[in-house]
Amino acid sequence: MDGIDIKHLSRLAQLALTETERSAARKDLERIITMVDQMQAIDTDGVEPLAHPLDADQRLRADAVTETVDRDLYQKSAPAIRDGLYLVPRVVE
Amino acid sequence: MQAFTSVSRLAEGLRQGAYSSVELTRFFLERGRRFGDLNCYISLMEETALAQAEAADKRIGKNDATPITGIPLAHKDIFCTKGTITSCGSRMLENFVAPYDATLVERLNAAGTVTLGKTNMDEFAMGSSNENSYFGPVHNPWHAERVPGGSSGGSAAAVAAGLTPIATGTDTGGSIRQPAAFCGISGLKPTYGRVSRYGMVAFASSLDQGGVFGTSVEDLALLLAFVAGYDPRDSTSSEHVDPWLNAVAKHGVDAFNSSGSSASEGLRIGLPREYFAQLNTGRELLENASRVLEAQGCTLREISLPHTDAAIPAYYIIAGAEASTNLSRYDGVRFGYRCEDPRSLEDLYQRSRSEGFGAEVKRRILTGTYALSVGYFDAYYLKAQKLRRLIRTDFLEAFNTVDLILAPTAPDVAFGLGEMTQDPVAMYQQDLFTIPASLAGLPAMSIPCGLHEGLPIGLQLIGPHFGERTLLETGMLYQRETDWHCQHPGGF
Repeated sequence: MDGIDIKHLSRLAQLALTETERSAARKDLERIITMVDQMQAIDTDGVEPLAHPLDADQRLRADAVTETVDRDLYQKSAPAIRDGLYLVPRVVE
Repeated sequence: MQAFTSVSRLAEGLRQGAYSSVELTRFFLERGRRFGDLNCYISLMEETALAQAEAADKRIGKNDATPITGIPLAHKDIFCTKGTITSCGSRMLENFVAPYDATLVERLNAAGTVTLGKTNMDEFAMGSSNENSYFGPVHNPWHAERVPGGSSGGSAAAVAAGLTPIATGTDTGGSIRQPAAFCGISGLKPTYGRVSRYGMVAFASSLDQGGVFGTSVEDLALLLAFVAGYDPRDSTSSEHVDPWLNAVAKHGVDAFNSSGSSASEGLRIGLPREYFAQLNTGRELLENASRVLEAQGCTLREISLPHTDAAIPAYYIIAGAEASTNLSRYDGVRFGYRCEDPRSLEDLYQRSRSEGFGAEVKRRILTGTYALSVGYFDAYYLKAQKLRRLIRTDFLEAFNTVDLILAPTAPDVAFGLGEMTQDPVAMYQQDLFTIPASLAGLPAMSIPCGLHEGLPIGLQLIGPHFGERTLLETGMLYQRETDWHCQHPGGF
């Protein structure tokens, strides 16, 4: 666990943390990971990872259109739109 | 008209014309306003509730009612309700109006229930105390300075205070059972996949499960019968068919009673020693409860679930990993909170997320990001998934020799507001008796079994996959022999 790189992690998680928040987050995360590390003592050799609690497989459906998209309705909750497009700050100058 | 009346009795009153659904709805809306200090509701939906009640009265008049038509209820604010704000307890979704209904909501609407409002919760269902809500904590009706539990604390407190007869909730690691225990009511987390997750804001998708709260197990059965069942819109929804639940939905509680609690005769109940060894408060009450069941013909035996201690570490890795992935959708672009004057796209993402999410949500996202990052994946995420299998195997082996497991729901009674907020790891330990069944995908229920210094203690029953019938029938049997579920906090 040594050296949790909180700057790197917050960048991966797209979170902007202030210096104070970063140090609090590092302290919390260290405690959480220390707690979690108890599990390293348990032998899991040869155990298959379990991704679904009922061990079920992903169900597939026929490749057919089942939904209609009501753009105007869905965009009602958008912070900024114009002519049906989502607006973001300019990416390419 | 009285608060704390069972759904079947309320339905009878509606059928016989003792009161209308509109009157019943007004009654509970008024209670919701009067006891607003509990902070159970994020939004009360007076207008739509009365419209639904009017429609329900018409259905009842035309003899077209289901056993729950006209019954008021509250939804945890994690379920999308078309045209009303679904906040998930977060600033991120403070103004989010869902464009569709969750399957659970749609099914209850079709059955004719009345939605009183949306209940308070820990932000994105992450928490065990309801203190992580952007809209402020909920107060426990039994003691205003104590937490109601979480994350479905608003729903649990609302039922406990008689603000609604029944309510919905979700449980990822104990978020139905622990608040049910802290508030002295009954709460059921069904088998993973029983209740559709469609329209339920995602936290940890391999664990999240919708469920129900009520003042009695009978009410849980009735409500479950309407929300359970296959949904093609949720790819993890189970195709399991349950004729018993279908019969309950059709004929209501009477049929349920006459189908009998005979299933509980000769039932073998296992008491997991690892749980009782870590119990702080309520041992005697749990022992009394098991003796009640023994006197009804159940046999008790001690069992072992050896990997119990691995559950909390495994859970916080798996749930964190899934949360960090699920919550990546909140980017300030398509819906949800957006920061002021973003300087660049990255600034938009980062500040929208940092300002929109609360501290615990960020903690879990960072934990999950850590577990999934290069070099740590095998040591944390895969390791946790292997432990998850061992924990599930413990249960499956136990169910070779017992039909049900009886355990405490929480290690203690409801703790004080602010008591644990400084120590996230101590808060996580609160879930140690509820998380294992979540990891294994098992149905589990908490029902009240007594008071310790005036605060409720919960008894947890855990069943095998799709064993809800046994759980519910055993709970009904217990509640026929005891009256803990009939005790309510003073002042309501």
